[in-house]
Amino acid sequence: MIEIKGITKTFGDNEVLRGISAKFKPGKNNLIIGGSGSGKTTLLKCIVGLHEPTKGDVIFDGENFTEMSFEQRVPIRTHIGMLFQNSALFDSMTVEENIIFPLNLFTNQTHAEKLDRANFCLERVNLKGKNKLYPSELSGGMKKRVGIARAISMQPKYLFVDEPNSGLDPKTSILIDELINELTEEYQITTVIVTHDMNSVMGIGDHIIFLHQGKKWWEGTKDEIAHTDNKELNDFVFASKFMRAAKARL
Amino acid sequence: MFHSLGKYILLLRLSFRKPEKFSVYWAEVMREMVSVGVGSLGIISIISVFIGAATTIQVAFQLSSPLVPRSIAGSIARDSTILEFSPTISSLVLAGRVGSSMASQIGTMRVTEQIDALEIMGVNAPGYLISPKIIAGVTMFPILVIASIALGIFGGWLACVLSGDVSPADYLSGVHEGFEGLTIRVAIVKAIVFGFIITSICAYQGFYTNGGALEVGQSATKGVVYSCVMVLFADLVITRIML
Repeated sequence: MIEIKGITKTFGDNEVLRGISAKFKPGKNNLIIGGSGSGKTTLLKCIVGLHEPTKGDVIFDGENFTEMSFEQRVPIRTHIGMLFQNSALFDSMTVEENIIFPLNLFTNQTHAEKLDRANFCLERVNLKGKNKLYPSELSGGMKKRVGIARAISMQPKYLFVDEPNSGLDPKTSILIDELINELTEEYQITTVIVTHDMNSVMGIGDHIIFLHQGKKWWEGTKDEIAHTDNKELNDFVFASKFMRAAKARL
Repeated sequence: MFHSLGKYILLLRLSFRKPEKFSVYWAEVMREMVSVGVGSLGIISIISVFIGAATTIQVAFQLSSPLVPRSIAGSIARDSTILEFSPTISSLVLAGRVGSSMASQIGTMRVTEQIDALEIMGVNAPGYLISPKIIAGVTMFPILVIASIALGIFGGWLACVLSGDVSPADYLSGVHEGFEGLTIRVAIVKAIVFGFIITSICAYQGFYTNGGALEVGQSATKGVVYSCVMVLFADLVITRIML
């Protein structure tokens, strides 16, 4: 299980996160939502160790990740997969090489075993046969799926996803959400997704944390969101006419 | 300035931490060596031949006196090529070709979150990205400089053949006369030091890029400018110490 305790992060005089504590539900989709500048991505980067929190702790299965050295973090990191907002594929490598890369570094598998794993991951994200393409030859949605394939290549226990729907059309967004949801259920991964896409929230949000002004403002499920009287959350979730109409029908 | 120097030293220390898997790093070192060595051979050959030819013609012009033996053009062109033109001018050209490419490659990886992706996987990003480039620099620069010396001297001979200012026989006799092995040692030491300076400074500039495409360009420019200045400073220090 992942737990964060009193995470505070400041950049100079700017306090971006203010003492956020939460427990992420194992084997579920945990969504961090909030407006632009609310600190969602910063919180995600603090959890995975790309930013060091100014105060507070990140606990992975009872082990304090924040206090660990780079070397001590490596065994935990091999259980972490991450999909970045812009996919962050290595553009000098083919799709297959991108997926095999972590296997080359952290496993002793034979080349054939690694190729099998790459093919399995590509098939899982519906990109069978795209092994030899370079990232520059892929569409935005395909890049996301390759990013997911790379993230699951090491069979992670934790999957972190930063804005999975940014830059995608609504149909592809739903496909990506469904894929993440399927993988989470199938492999019992603890998934943490940062998003401001309300379709994702209502579609796959098992556990939702709403950030506002760098603080945890609200926490609950997608069913509870529709009935909350939290003003800031309502302003955020029901900002669009479509969502207000949907709420009225409930 | 001290803050940047400290960051630079810490980055170098991280770069030479024990690799996660030697075979993966070795493949990367080989790839960088081909990129730096084979990739730069063309431009180094062209500038070396022309600089060698121009130096010989200028020396012949300046020392055109009946009191000075014609073979002196060969001696002066040889020592200038070995001690200064080949190591220093080649390195300045390589700073533009190799250094800017390294800074922009690493900078682009930074702004597109590829370095973050490496770190998430548990890869020591400075080690994986920077150490192969530095190793390629300190091994390939001396080889390129030796090739540059040979081609520079050949360029001088070619100038003699084509211009007739000095006879090729006089030139070759001058090249052989009074040759000291120390000059080659100085050139190789310079090449190793310059290789380290250019690759490490440009990699540092790229690694700490913040922002987008504009900042990547700025990092590449800074990397080239700072490494050129440091190459010229190191040139002076090495020359003073070794000669």
